[in-house]
Amino acid sequence: MSASATTTADTGLSISFTDVEKRYGSHVALRRLSLKIAPGEFVALVGANGSGKTTLLRMAALLSRPTSGKIQFQNAIPNSEALAPADIKLHIGMVGHFTMLYDELSAEENLRFFAKLSGLDNPDRIAAEALIPAGLSPRAKDLVRTFSRGMRQRLAIARALLADPSILLLDEPAAGLDREGAAWLAQTLSSLRKTGATVIMSSHGQSEALTLATRAIAMRNGTLIEDSGPNGNARAIIEREAAPITGIWDSAQ
Amino acid sequence: MNQGAKSVSLTRATFAVFSKELRVEFRSFELLTSTIVFALVVVFVFSFAFNPSAADSRRFGAGFLWIALLFASSLMLQPSFTRERTNDTLAALVLAPIDPFAIIAGKLFANFFFLVLVELILLPAFSVLYNVPLLGVIGQLAGVMLLGTFGIATVGTVFAAIASQARMRELLLPLLLVPVVVPLLIACSGATMALLADTPELPLSWVAVMACFDLMFFTAAWLFGGYLLEE
Repeated sequence: MSASATTTADTGLSISFTDVEKRYGSHVALRRLSLKIAPGEFVALVGANGSGKTTLLRMAALLSRPTSGKIQFQNAIPNSEALAPADIKLHIGMVGHFTMLYDELSAEENLRFFAKLSGLDNPDRIAAEALIPAGLSPRAKDLVRTFSRGMRQRLAIARALLADPSILLLDEPAAGLDREGAAWLAQTLSSLRKTGATVIMSSHGQSEALTLATRAIAMRNGTLIEDSGPNGNARAIIEREAAPITGIWDSAQ
Repeated sequence: MNQGAKSVSLTRATFAVFSKELRVEFRSFELLTSTIVFALVVVFVFSFAFNPSAADSRRFGAGFLWIALLFASSLMLQPSFTRERTNDTLAALVLAPIDPFAIIAGKLFANFFFLVLVELILLPAFSVLYNVPLLGVIGQLAGVMLLGTFGIATVGTVFAAIASQARMRELLLPLLLVPVVVPLLIACSGATMALLADTPELPLSWVAVMACFDLMFFTAAWLFGGYLLEE
């Protein structure tokens, strides 16, 4: 990973959802959601399983098209045009429910492949370097299918961070991580925040990484039920809506 | 931030996906092994069921050969996209700053390559079991096989992408693939039969049908391939 120290407002992207609805047949996964997320925000999406968090994240990643409404990405330059999908993808990194990794490839081969697809220069070096903070360098040549759940999750996070995304979408990223892994995730996200990246992270339970959130949004049955806003009390919503699983609160927050 | 990521050309992205497909398959040989065995079994069973004479083989052998290839293709093409769903790697591909057609094209060329490997083993077996000498027409036959195989790989890859999103995905691909490739299959069988005849010749009309079929479906995949990958 080559996180640079460029500041937010110049390079970050805002995401706006306007009356976004997503249906799968008769099932409504997301109901008329309107929301604007500014560059550099760390948003915690909390709510029970099936509340629409994953649907929201997948639409933000352009993996899923809204049934109605629109999603726009805009840079911080006043009056600038909304970005085209091909340009948006340059800025997005995602950790999904699944690892998004090939079990038949080694850790290094997985990262090299995705580095190539991201157009990164010197994918060999980038892949090798990305494995170091994830603590996976000693297993670089091993096939992913031999990895534990926690190791796969670390590798999935390393993959999402390969191209230094300005928007990071995390769907239950702490799932499968042990205490040490959860601390590594929180530290990684903390470093990323300093670069000005926008982070949207879903969780149905509390985790160390959630303590970094500057804004919390609670969802239920596909509806946004509460939004702390950028300056509101994010922690109160998180404590109320996220199940206490691995909560380690930083008193400085 | 974001200093590294940049759009990747269609050619480079296609080659990256193609190389990945080969690497994954050559790690396990799962698809190749099962497809080769299946194709050989079909040719073998037809040979014993009909016990064709040399004259019968020249008349019907081409049809048996292409039916075996079509069935084997549907077996091979099925996992092309479904195995991308196991770990949601398809989402990672779609999320990459590449032309979505590169995903289809990389898989299409890999499937084409795998099917050609299957044919390299199938054709000698076919020649022996059906007592049909192929060496004299091998160049022209290779051309027919490549055109036919490319058509099957193109349609099959596209339909594998569609089928992978359906609930009955295992059943859907053959149901979609077989009717659509009938014109191609007729042309392939016709051209192959003419090459196996006592006085072999390559009917250009059949070659034109195959080339048009390939061009038409490849263009359609190029134009609409991106939509197939959306949820």
